[in-house]
Amino acid sequence: MTAPTIPATKLENSGVGHGYTTLGLDNRKVAIWTFIGSECMLFMSLISTYLIYKGKSPQGPYPHSAFTDATGHVFKPILNIPVTSFSTFVLLMSSLAMVLALAAVQERYKVRVGTWDKILSSSKLWLWMTCLLGITFLGCQAYEFTSFIHEGLTIRTNLFGSTFFTLTGFHGAHVTAGVIWLFTLLAIDYKRGLTPADATAVDISALYWHFVDVVWIVIFTLIYLIE
Amino acid sequence: MATSVAAHHHVGAAAQYQEENGIWSWLTTVDHKRIGKLYLVSALIFFIVGGLEAAVLRTQLIGPNGKLVSAEMFNQLFTMHGTTMIFLAVMPMSAAFFNFLIPLQIGARDVAFPRLNAFSYWIYLFGGLLITAPIFFGMAPNGGWFGYAPLSTRAFSPQHNMDFWVLGLQILGISSLAAAFNFITTIINLRAPGMTLMRMPIFTWMSFVVQFLVALAFPVITVALIFLQFDRFFGTRFYDIAKGADPLLWQHLFWVFGHPEVYILILPAFGLVSEVLPTFSRKPLFGYPVMVYSGILIGFLGFGVWAHHMFSVGMGPIADAIFSLTTMLIAIPTGVKIFNWLATMWGGNLRFTVAMKFAIALVALFTCGGISGVMHSSPPADLQQTDTYFVVAHFHYVLFGGSIMGLFAGIYYYFPKITGRFMSEKWGNWHFWLSVIGMNLTFFPMHLSGLYGMPRRIYTYDVGQGWELFNKMSTIGTYIIMLGTLIGGINLIRSWRSGKIASSNPWGAATLEWAMPSPPPEYNFAEIPLVKSRYPLWNMKEGQTLVHETTSEEEGGIRIPSAKELHITLPNPTIWPLYCAAGIVWMFCGMLFMETSTATALGVMMSGAAVWIGSLYKWLTTPLEDAH
Amino acid sequence: MSNNDAYGASAVSGVPAHADEAHHDEHPTWSTYWKVALVLTFITAVEVSAYYIPVWSKSWIYVPSMLAMSAVKFAIVGAYYMHLKYDHKVFRTLFTGPLLLAGLTLIGLMFLFAKLAIKLGALS
Repeated sequence: MTAPTIPATKLENSGVGHGYTTLGLDNRKVAIWTFIGSECMLFMSLISTYLIYKGKSPQGPYPHSAFTDATGHVFKPILNIPVTSFSTFVLLMSSLAMVLALAAVQERYKVRVGTWDKILSSSKLWLWMTCLLGITFLGCQAYEFTSFIHEGLTIRTNLFGSTFFTLTGFHGAHVTAGVIWLFTLLAIDYKRGLTPADATAVDISALYWHFVDVVWIVIFTLIYLIE
Repeated sequence: MATSVAAHHHVGAAAQYQEENGIWSWLTTVDHKRIGKLYLVSALIFFIVGGLEAAVLRTQLIGPNGKLVSAEMFNQLFTMHGTTMIFLAVMPMSAAFFNFLIPLQIGARDVAFPRLNAFSYWIYLFGGLLITAPIFFGMAPNGGWFGYAPLSTRAFSPQHNMDFWVLGLQILGISSLAAAFNFITTIINLRAPGMTLMRMPIFTWMSFVVQFLVALAFPVITVALIFLQFDRFFGTRFYDIAKGADPLLWQHLFWVFGHPEVYILILPAFGLVSEVLPTFSRKPLFGYPVMVYSGILIGFLGFGVWAHHMFSVGMGPIADAIFSLTTMLIAIPTGVKIFNWLATMWGGNLRFTVAMKFAIALVALFTCGGISGVMHSSPPADLQQTDTYFVVAHFHYVLFGGSIMGLFAGIYYYFPKITGRFMSEKWGNWHFWLSVIGMNLTFFPMHLSGLYGMPRRIYTYDVGQGWELFNKMSTIGTYIIMLGTLIGGINLIRSWRSGKIASSNPWGAATLEWAMPSPPPEYNFAEIPLVKSRYPLWNMKEGQTLVHETTSEEEGGIRIPSAKELHITLPNPTIWPLYCAAGIVWMFCGMLFMETSTATALGVMMSGAAVWIGSLYKWLTTPLEDAH
Repeated sequence: MSNNDAYGASAVSGVPAHADEAHHDEHPTWSTYWKVALVLTFITAVEVSAYYIPVWSKSWIYVPSMLAMSAVKFAIVGAYYMHLKYDHKVFRTLFTGPLLLAGLTLIGLMFLFAKLAIKLGALS
């Protein structure tokens, strides 16, 4: 099939201006979802390893059963379900605070007449709530970690210690990063106020925050509630 | 119908308006085309480094009882050869093309996050230097490019060698992940009007699949490396057999990453070949939708075959059978591509440029590698082949005969677009033939030495094993490859300086990047184009393909306007991505001091953290471009 | 945060109307949000109680019921809080693809490490 040489087609101008996007979406939102997808694989690997090594530590302490070591010292089951149930609830509520913070920034409750509407529309209030609930969760984690270490479980003690502290530690680090992110948003809110133009920036922090919450849902069930 | 083909006068587009060219402009660039060039040059330099490492290895193995290097040095050489070629040469060479081509092929002015793009490059460079420098002190990583634990744990690798590997790979992972998020967003959200997914050039499609593979596979090796790092530095028990650890944990996690990684290595080359073959066959790619779907299927199935690297560890007959099946299955979409390329060439008006030759070489040589791969897919057969040179033959056929040939095809094909000058066809032919002959002479005999029982990773062998002839052939082949590469390198450098001037579409190709001047102006498109077909530059009427190869004479006399004249706002150059990358790498380096002095370690880590956090703050609070 | 994206879909002249503008107006209301929070709390309470009810926690239904409940919580947070129910389809794809892959890989690893097994009679 020979090809005659004829001037190539010139490109047609589409007429779109600066800032055009194919799907009309904000690039940052597409990027954060891609990042979240990637994080699914990260946490999957950590969770898989925990499950693979579950029950494989030759020596305790153990999550759900007692263990007596060679010296006769008795380690009780080390996981504290009541405290962790509480912290799980706290993190779930922080997600509620986060959606309200986003709604406030998007100014969806424009009728700021009644007290309740005024409360709903305060982005500062809900960002504070999210941060404080997040910090409470971290506080519970810190309490849990220090009490475990006190009871004789460190990250080096056995497979359970290594997998547990690494998995929940990475999750906690993600929460910490989220709290710092939210405090940064709060600072901006105090400095110049967050307006609907900032909605996407707050949205991506909210998506990150909810994802971190959702990972905890999985961790709580698989590690704490299932023996 | 306005034209956006801004032409240029006859000394070439690059000379028309002087882009900034000082060092600072390169350190602060956020232009995807420049970042692409940075990746290309770095990748080629690391390719030479990796090649020299192989040359020393092969010289040691030219005859029995070689005395050139010690066993320890040999371990460092083969570890670094693999690590360098995979992470510092082939992946970044692909990244050079992702960077340069993707925005141009989809009709965009740049990627979604130009500064993140720069960051990806700099952190790759610094990470690459961190992992390469130790070999000059005899302290290079020595546990194989796959770093199996527990061999790589402190108990069996007490020195710092594997520390560099663990830290270096995590740094390189950050680079790749950031780039993946960037390109996925770019391809999803910055396509020009009319550029539907099924009109995108195949290179962009393959790259799209690759970015997902990166985003989903790299976290797994990150976790495996974190476990190893924690074991080595903090005394955790992940790979501590005495504490009940499973010796297979590392292998499974590594290969869940490692298998998608090899598709990351080959798909971009497949994409480049899919650009080159149609152009030099004067025919559209045969079976475009099938090429897209097979690429997606390879990507997806690629996550389901990993344990075929572990047929000899005793997983049991069911696991073996399942992974054997999935491995055989994945040969189907791969094979389909080979047939489609052949069908593209069949009946075409073939033009055997150097780029075309390299592309055809991929089709032939990758097929050989695919055949030995399918031989591995049977566990009983693999039990003889695994850990022998038969496997080395297989993966070099697919990586050198596949990836490298495809990437070289891309270099010869796109060099005019990137630099505005042609590479010499004459020197290119020498480069090509020496590479192909050398490559086959080096790696074909390995099928035989492997089947005759020569294990991998041995630093020497005794007389009378029946391997001498094959090893001699391989080493001579290596020297031929080196000569070919040298000629290719000289070709590249001379052409960059004084090659024949190229016009916008010298090959008569069909896709958007060829509508631009060579090289394209900083802003790419004067006006974002409206795309109406898969082959925008080929008028397809009544089945006829109308192709026009431009010449620099015909494009003489017309100016390229500057961005300012066109009122196009471009992102500002910035140094913060580089500083941020440097800070992160510095922080990682702190871990190296942990054993000797915790205070130093903490000091280095905290100062590194301060640098990257501070740089990130400046980065995020500086607007990307001036207000307009 | 400052507007530092080069090509974000902002209100610039000449930019076509956002494809998901209509979707954006469909937001959950406050009443939806607190109901969702209530459901999540309720399911969590049920999950924790199950742990303490031996009839439940020692039976074979325990693990499947736990996994089901957390899957429901996961889906609710994803659909309502993370807005996937209301947003452009591409976000659903970007999330469910990796999620599916992660799930399948986890299950594969569980089989390979003998944490899960299917009785195949003579074969296994």
